[in-house]
Amino acid sequence: MTTSVQASDGIETPSGHEPDEKGHFGRYGGRFVPEALVAALDELAAAYEKARGDREFLDELDRLHRDYTGRPSPLTDASKLSEHAGGARILLKREDLNHTGSHKINNVLGQALLTKRMGKKRVIAETGAGQHGVATATACALMGLECVVYMGEVDTERQALNVARMRLLGATVIPVKTGSRTLKDAINEALRDWVTHVDETHYLLGTVAGPHPFPMMVRDFHRVIGLEAREQVLDRVGRLPDAIAACVGGGSNAIGIFHAFLDDADVRLVGFEPGGDGVESGRHGATLSEGSPGALHGAMSYLLQDEDGQTAESYSISAGLDYPGVGPEHALLKDIGRAEYQPVTDREAMDAFALLCRTEGIIPAIESAHAIAGALKLGRELGPEAVILVNLSGRGDKDVDTAAKWFGMIAGNESAEDASGTSIAEADLGGSPAGSDTGSVQR
Amino acid sequence: MSRVGPIFAAARAEGRGALIGYLPAGYPTVDRSVELLGAMVESGCDLLEIGVPYSDPVMDGPTVQAAAETALRAGFRLKDVLTVVERVTAAGGKAVVMTYFNPVMRYGVDAFARDLASAGGLGLITPDLIPDEADDWLAASEQHDLDRTFLVAPSSTEERIASTTAATRGCLYASSTMGVTGARGAVDAAASVIVGRCRAHTDLPIGVGLGVRSGDQAAEVAAFADGVIVGSAFVTAVEEGGVDGVRALTAELAAGVRRAHRPEPQPA
Repeated sequence: MTTSVQASDGIETPSGHEPDEKGHFGRYGGRFVPEALVAALDELAAAYEKARGDREFLDELDRLHRDYTGRPSPLTDASKLSEHAGGARILLKREDLNHTGSHKINNVLGQALLTKRMGKKRVIAETGAGQHGVATATACALMGLECVVYMGEVDTERQALNVARMRLLGATVIPVKTGSRTLKDAINEALRDWVTHVDETHYLLGTVAGPHPFPMMVRDFHRVIGLEAREQVLDRVGRLPDAIAACVGGGSNAIGIFHAFLDDADVRLVGFEPGGDGVESGRHGATLSEGSPGALHGAMSYLLQDEDGQTAESYSISAGLDYPGVGPEHALLKDIGRAEYQPVTDREAMDAFALLCRTEGIIPAIESAHAIAGALKLGRELGPEAVILVNLSGRGDKDVDTAAKWFGMIAGNESAEDASGTSIAEADLGGSPAGSDTGSVQR
Repeated sequence: MSRVGPIFAAARAEGRGALIGYLPAGYPTVDRSVELLGAMVESGCDLLEIGVPYSDPVMDGPTVQAAAETALRAGFRLKDVLTVVERVTAAGGKAVVMTYFNPVMRYGVDAFARDLASAGGLGLITPDLIPDEADDWLAASEQHDLDRTFLVAPSSTEERIASTTAATRGCLYASSTMGVTGARGAVDAAASVIVGRCRAHTDLPIGVGLGVRSGDQAAEVAAFADGVIVGSAFVTAVEEGGVDGVRALTAELAAGVRRAHRPEPQPA
């Protein structure tokens, strides 16, 4: 079936869950930024408010998403995977099939169009796994904008293919060598660039974090995911899903799919955070599960920090989830109990990664494999009558090297130590309905 | 009432600008930072700006970032900044603390204000806190009689300059240029423009920071601003010359703020 939903539907009509005029979601959000950036943030907020009421802007975005992104993204019944999830029906929202391979293009096309409307010629972006960087480089090539992408040096190594993709698309990729040399530090460097070149530059932030208006605006650009999926699930199943699973790093794909269901109290919204080596090990990125409120990168939210308020280093096998902060609206959803957040370890995610490859012929992004692992848990908990909608936010082409090392197909240090590595055959067993080494069902 | 006001008034009465010198607490170690800050006072800094090393200093360039990393690796803890303020004050210095706001929130805004005041600190400079988000700090600073220095930038609109100066207590910090901290070859022409724009809104003393490294630049800035704020150049002086380097730079800058071509002293 083809949905009647358009990307502009998530933008033109306010969701009914808006922040206050200074961008606060409850006690979270707002603007913890240098004064030097306030004028640019005000300009951006005004440009967005104007654009969302402008039919020309909305039509252009819809046209791009139809003819370039390939929206609507399909809904796939993962019937073989369901056998490993207690028989629950698992429906995959296929954002991995979007042009550039993930949901990130939804936000990037919107902001790139805004950049042109603001008369700016230069775009900067941060990237972790490289998905947002690739999407940004793509949109800049399409629209004739100069593009500079900041990427932690560690991430440029583990996502070398995406660095090459960005360069092929004409972007300049700058490896960031400060701090933990990952996404957090890439954002710091992008903010420093922005404060220095703000007149001619738009900072195309890639997630629902950062200062107002980014959390609201980026969310709205991604609302299409949930709006489409809601209609598709109703059409396919005849009722709403029992639960929705999405991975959460900064939280953009999760908020995009959650949002259309916020008012459906019977639909459980579950975000799966990077549990790394296990939260008890201290090596993880499970910000909402393990963090505490504080300000980082321009907004009040949950973050991983020490007792002095210094940001803690996060860890995940997934570069796109390896971030010690999270979007402020998720912080509010957690506090009010509307959404719940659980950690998924590297091993659980990689087991789910292998299982989806073998059962459905889909190689997911390792980020999205966290959501698959979460859905397997939810399915075993909820039983065979349940319908679980999973946001398959990206595809795994970029992760083949990491996965091949993990499963011992090629030499590498990612997890060559036998303790954490799993053979792909073991992973199959791990996801089997009978016994699971992914741990017992939680709650 | 203002805690730092008399420092600017005294400089103004002498027909010169005030010299404000920055170093991070705990750089390179807590004891050494006390010694270095003491040398800055002895050699002519009117006011010390003592930085809190922070993991994510988005307003700082490479020089101050590296210093913060050094201090954190050496084991700097937030309470150490209070110790440094206390020791420097006991030795006759006058100090404000410059800090990103998350460490203060984590400590507790009111508790930090209370402990800073009792250590002898005069106020806070908050590079990533704008008045819009500062309700807790506005209340705590009044409660504990501390100054609040917010920043204005060349990009600030008239409305923002008005609201920011209205929320400021003590002195205002004008960024000389759009950018992060770090020594620059020349003072941006935007510096005198932003100071002029602020004068239309406030009688507060105005310090200018970002990019000043030499006596000549200090003289240039002191011609239109009430205070000259120097940071990265002091960090570099520590790296290259230790205490002697810091004394030499302070002396050069102190001469600079006295050489400025300034309008007649006005009543404070």
